[in-house]
Amino acid sequence: MKRRAIRSEPLFFERNPRRVRRQGYLLPALDVPEVEPSEVLPPELVREPDPHFPDISEMEVVQHFHRLSQLNYAVDEGLYPLGSCTMKYNPRINEETARLPGFASLHPLQPQAQIQGALRLIWELEESLKTITGMPGATLQPAAGAHGEFTGILMIRKALATRGEKRDVVLAPDSAHGTNPATATFAGYRAQEIPSAEDGTVDLGALDRMMDETVAALMLTVPNTLGLFEHQILEIADLVHSRGGFIYMDGANLNSFVGRALPGLMGADAMHINLHKTFSTPHGGGGPGAGPVTVSEALLPHLPVPKVIRGNDGFELQWNDPASIGQMRGFYGNFLILVRALTYIWSLGAEGLRSTSDVAVLYANLVRHRLKGAYHLKFDAPSLHEVVFDDSIQTRYEVRNVDIAKRLLDYGFHPPTMSFPLVVHGALMIEPAESVAPEEVEAFCDAMLAIAKEAETDPGLVRSAPHDTPVGRVDEVRAARNLKVTWTPEDEGA
Amino acid sequence: MHPWVGAGLEDRLHILSELGLKSIDELFASIPEAVCIDGLDLPPARDEDWIRRALGDMASANVSMDSIPCFLGAGVYRHVRPSIVDAVLSRAEFFTSYTPYQPEISQGTLQVIFEFQTLISRLTGLDVANASLYDGATALVEAVLFSHRVLHGKRDLAVVAETVHPMYRRVLDTYTEAAGIEVVVVPPGTNGRLDPNIVREAAGDQACCVAVQSPNFLGIVEDLPQLAAAAHDSGALAVEVVTEAVSLGLLTGGGSFGFDVVCGEAQSFGVAPGFGGPHLGFFACAPKHLRQMPGRLAGETVDEDGTRAFCLTLSTREQHIRRAKATSNICTNQGLMALAATVWLEAMGGSGLRELATSCFARTEELKRRITAVGDSWRIAYPQSPTFNEFLLIGPASGTELVEQLASDGVLAGVPTTDWGGAWPDGLLVAVTECNSARDLDAFVAALENLS
Repeated sequence: MKRRAIRSEPLFFERNPRRVRRQGYLLPALDVPEVEPSEVLPPELVREPDPHFPDISEMEVVQHFHRLSQLNYAVDEGLYPLGSCTMKYNPRINEETARLPGFASLHPLQPQAQIQGALRLIWELEESLKTITGMPGATLQPAAGAHGEFTGILMIRKALATRGEKRDVVLAPDSAHGTNPATATFAGYRAQEIPSAEDGTVDLGALDRMMDETVAALMLTVPNTLGLFEHQILEIADLVHSRGGFIYMDGANLNSFVGRALPGLMGADAMHINLHKTFSTPHGGGGPGAGPVTVSEALLPHLPVPKVIRGNDGFELQWNDPASIGQMRGFYGNFLILVRALTYIWSLGAEGLRSTSDVAVLYANLVRHRLKGAYHLKFDAPSLHEVVFDDSIQTRYEVRNVDIAKRLLDYGFHPPTMSFPLVVHGALMIEPAESVAPEEVEAFCDAMLAIAKEAETDPGLVRSAPHDTPVGRVDEVRAARNLKVTWTPEDEGA
Repeated sequence: MHPWVGAGLEDRLHILSELGLKSIDELFASIPEAVCIDGLDLPPARDEDWIRRALGDMASANVSMDSIPCFLGAGVYRHVRPSIVDAVLSRAEFFTSYTPYQPEISQGTLQVIFEFQTLISRLTGLDVANASLYDGATALVEAVLFSHRVLHGKRDLAVVAETVHPMYRRVLDTYTEAAGIEVVVVPPGTNGRLDPNIVREAAGDQACCVAVQSPNFLGIVEDLPQLAAAAHDSGALAVEVVTEAVSLGLLTGGGSFGFDVVCGEAQSFGVAPGFGGPHLGFFACAPKHLRQMPGRLAGETVDEDGTRAFCLTLSTREQHIRRAKATSNICTNQGLMALAATVWLEAMGGSGLRELATSCFARTEELKRRITAVGDSWRIAYPQSPTFNEFLLIGPASGTELVEQLASDGVLAGVPTTDWGGAWPDGLLVAVTECNSARDLDAFVAALENLS
C-alpha cells in the first residue's frame, strides 16, 4: 500500500467546531400536530440536547467515510491471506439479492402468509447445507461461528441430559481456535486440552487416556488449524462415540473439502459452518457473519426453535418443541447473510463448489512449495487449504513474525494470521483462498521471499516496518495501558 | 470453470506440474477414502440472470413492509434509511475487509468503531461501549453474564422484568440454564409499568442484576431512576435494555440515572429490518467494569511518529488470548452494522436525531388520540402510562385475528401479543415512526372503523 497524500481525518465529534445547525438529512415533514414531549412524558426522563453531538451536512458525512475508507486494506485490493479466516471474493450479485426489498424490508413478525419466500429461502439453504455436509439436520440461527459452537455444545448437553447423564468436560486439541475452549466454559463445561502428536494431528493415545465418562464432547477442527486433515478421524470418532461422547466439528475449514468429503461420514454430531468463510458472505470489517449448525440423527430433536417446517400449505415456523434447546438469538438468524450464501451456492453449483476447494488447496500448496526453505515449516505433513510457517529462521536475525507481517504491508499485501495456532511458536498462518489469479499468489510469494532476504541482509529495515502505510507502526501497548475507548468533550481543548 | 475461481484449468495444470503432481486428487490424499464422495448432489452452476430471477421470485413471495402502511415494531422498526448509508456500506474498503488486526492498514474501520463506541456512550450515558454484539437478545444475555462476573459469581439470581421483550427472555433462558443462573421474572403493575418496590423485593440479596426494558415491550417508559435505586438497594447491578434505539434521541439513557449497563438493539439506526437480521447488539457500561466487558473494543493510541491512531485493545479479555477464561466466546461481531449505525447517526446529527424521535413521538400521540375517538370496541390498554412510539391496542378479537383482518384492509396494523404470554391483554402492539405519514394514520383509523 502506498502512502497517499491523506490528511489525518478528524473525528466526527471534532467537526463543525462552532456547533452551528447544519442538516445531514431531510426528515419526512411533520404532518401531524406537534406535541411537547415533556408535557406528556415524565420531564426528568426527557433528554437534554447534547452539545457534543454535532450536525454536519450530507457531503461532510460522505467525505468523512470516503476518506476513512481510503485508510483500509480490503479483499478487493489484493491478497488477504489470513489463515483460518478464508478471505475469498465477495460476489457482487450476493449484495444485489440481499438488497431486494422483499428480503431487506421484511419484518420478522409479519403474518406467515406474507413471509413465505423468506421461509422458503431458509428451508432451501438448510437443505443445501445438509447435502454439503451429509448431515440430516440444520439450524441457521447462529449469528457467527462461535455462536454456532455454543449452539452445538448446548445440543450435546441436552442430549446427555436426556440420557440422564451429566458430564462436565469438553476436550479440544491444543491447536484449536480460542473460541472452542471459550465456548465450552460458556456452556458450563471445563475445557481440557489434548496435545498434538508429532505430525500435528490429534494424539490418539492421549485422547484414549483422556476420553472417559466425564467427557461430553471432543471439539475438533477438520482439517485442523495447521491445515492438516485428521487422517485418523474415523478412529477418533469411534473412540469418542464408544465412550458415550459426541463429536463437535468446528467447520471453520470446511472450505478445503467441499464436494470431496462429508463431515456426516466422519462421525460429526454437530458442525458449525461459517458462511462468511466457505460461502463468501462479506467479512464486513468484523462481521456480521453467520454460523449455521448441521447435526447428526442423535441431535436432531434438540435443534433450536423456531424451526422452519415445510407443510402442505407452504412453510411455517414451529415454536413449540420441548426437546429443543430453545432459542439462540432474536428471530431466525442473520437472514440477509443467508440470502447471500444461498446466492453463492446456487451460482456455483455442485462442480463450482468443489472447484473452490480444489483451487484453495492448490494455491496453499503452491505457497508452501515456494516458501519452504526460506521460512521454517514445523509440521511438514501434506496440508490442505492453509499452511503454517514460523519465524524461527528469521529470529536468528532478530526479526520476528510481527516484523515480517508489517513489512508485507509495504509490499501491498495483507499479512497472514499471526502467532496462531499456538502450537507453532512465531506462526505465520497463510490461507490464499481460491479467488485471486495465480499471479497474485506468486506475487505474494515473491514478496515473502524478498522479506526473508531482507531479514538477512537488512534486518533493521524489516524491524522498522511498515514504512509506506497511512500510519506508522501503531503502539498497541500504550492503547492497553492508557485506555481511551471514547472521545470525550475534555479532548476538545487538547 | 467459474468466474469466482481465480485459476483456469491450464493454470491448475501449470501449478500441479510445478508441484510435481499429476492430479489435484493427490493433494487430498490425507483424507481417508471412507469419508470421501464423488461429488455433491446439487444442481449445476447458474448464471446471474437465472439467480436474479430465482431469488427475485422468492423475494416477491414476501410482502415488503414498505409496500403498505405498516405499524410493526416489537423490537424491529422501520425508520428512514438515507441512501448514503448503503452507499458507504457498499464500499469494498469497508465490506470486504476483516477485523482490524493490522491497525496500520485498518484505520478506517478502527476510527469508525471508535466513533460508534463514542456515539453509543453519549446516547446511553455510560462512559464506555464495545464494538457491537450479535443483537439485542444476546446483548441482554451478555449483560446478565457480565453482572454475574462483576459480582464474582456469588449471586446466582437474575431479576428480569416481564416487560423485557419475551423473545429476549427466551434467549436468556437458553443461556442461563447452562450458566447456572436462575432467572426471576417480575410482572408489571396494572399500569404496565414496573413497581420498584416489587423489584426490590424480588432481588432480595441474591440478585446479580435487575434487567428492565425502557420503553418496555408494551411501549411504556419506565421510571428509570427509581428502578436503578431498587437494584442498587439490593446490591445488584442495574441493567437497562433498549429495543427501540431511536427512543434515545428523546429519552435520557439509563447511565445518567445510575444504570451500570445499558444494552440492546440498535437496528433502528439505519439497519434494514431484513427479516430479523443481521441487526446490531450494543453494550455500554461504566469504565470500572471495562475488563469484564464482552466483545471487541477499539482504543486510541499513537503510531511511532506520535500521530493519533486507533487499534483493537484489551484483547486479553477475549477468546483468542484468554481461551477458556475469556469474558465471552464472541469473535465475529456485527462490524458492518455498526458502520451503518455510525453513518446513520452522523447523518442525522444530534439535532436531527432529536427531531426524528420527537416526530415518532408526536405521530404516536396523534394515533392514540384518534383511536380513542373510534369507538368502544377499540381501546388503548394502558392509557395513563407514558409511551414513546409504541402502545398496546385492544380490539374486538384476539391480536392474531386482528392482524389478519386489518391486513385484508391493506394495513399491517401491529404485532399480536397473543402468543407471547405475559401479564397483559391479548391485543396488538402498534408502533409508529417518522415513516408513518398522516395518510398512514388515516388508513389505520379507517381500517379500525371498518372492523368496529
